[in-house]
Amino acid sequence: MSELKTAEPQNAPLMGKSELHEHPVDFNNYLRRCVYVFVAVVCAVSLMLVASYLPHFDWPAKVALILVVACTNAFVVAGFLMHLISEKKMIYTLLAFTAFFFAGLIGLTVWAMQDFPAGTVTH
Amino acid sequence: MEIPYAVHPRPDTGIYNAKVGIWLFLASEVMLFGALFSAYVLIRVGTPPGEWPHGWQNVTLGTLNTLVLALSAITTLMAWVACKVRQFGKFKFFHGCTLLLALTFLCIKGFEYDDHLTHYEIHLTAGSNAGGSIADGHMVENDPQKDYVIIKGRYVNDEQELIDLRSQKDIQETELKIPRSQIKDMQSYGPWHNDYLALYFTMTALHALHILGGSIVIGYLWGPGRKLWKVDPEHFTNRVEVSGLFWHFVDLVWIFLFPVLYLM
Repeated sequence: MSELKTAEPQNAPLMGKSELHEHPVDFNNYLRRCVYVFVAVVCAVSLMLVASYLPHFDWPAKVALILVVACTNAFVVAGFLMHLISEKKMIYTLLAFTAFFFAGLIGLTVWAMQDFPAGTVTH
Repeated sequence: MEIPYAVHPRPDTGIYNAKVGIWLFLASEVMLFGALFSAYVLIRVGTPPGEWPHGWQNVTLGTLNTLVLALSAITTLMAWVACKVRQFGKFKFFHGCTLLLALTFLCIKGFEYDDHLTHYEIHLTAGSNAGGSIADGHMVENDPQKDYVIIKGRYVNDEQELIDLRSQKDIQETELKIPRSQIKDMQSYGPWHNDYLALYFTMTALHALHILGGSIVIGYLWGPGRKLWKVDPEHFTNRVEVSGLFWHFVDLVWIFLFPVLYLM
């Protein structure tokens, strides 16, 4: 940690303009944001745990609730930690294609589940 | 030959090439894990009611691993921020933390695997004088030289009693000494045991391999790769960002693996 003593002040902005982000990077600002994200993740995990043990919910409702919380959690992580809320158009285009193919992958699988030949015995 | 746009963004895309590369790679990774998740959906939905295992995982350890990975994602981001503000000491600290957390995650996962692989379901012969037709528990002694095995577990009469463990509270486990002559067959709770465990081991092992791969890259940047910092700090920072994006993706995958395999 000797470099810490000789480095610039902790909250010093980036030397020159950042090429990746339009605003200069502020260490303390990021640290605060990370604390918020971690708290959000802890809350999401707690919610999922509570949802999975809810006694008066039927199973599909529980699964739906857990998946909604998991998706929200993923959005927070991807949005803030991967900077997806302020990315370049190129990345969004790439992700749109990925989402399309991913939806196809899951959708075709679900669709194929009912696609049995006539006379097939199922459970 | 110098690789173009490794540091500065391309004018047409607005980002440097390695970042485009990692996002393309992550897109392929989404399809890889997507295939496994679709397999899970197919098998899960196709399983008759009451036959899908519940409560087979240690939720406490799964939760702990979720928090460990979330924390490591944050330390990875802070390592990149430290590079951006040119504080290399902080970078070393945060990436060191990431490595330790990754190691913690793998250790916990290894413990869980060991727990499954030493857990046995033993089917007994019809004439055995035991408390049930199946003995289920963790192996304590399995010496081929001896004519018995010892497990810490319980007897059950029906395999169905082992499916939903969440609905069973206060399961009493005792040490059971079972003569080999009374054993019809026995099998550990490995990936060969049933569809659920096959999916569990495949998905979590692939994820653990990604953790291992990411740790190697982060370890390289933390160790020998840090030489680049002295020559070209912006280039080094970009490398840290790219490795961080991969690490966040691995965290994202776990965010879905945890509820799917531990809670549903």
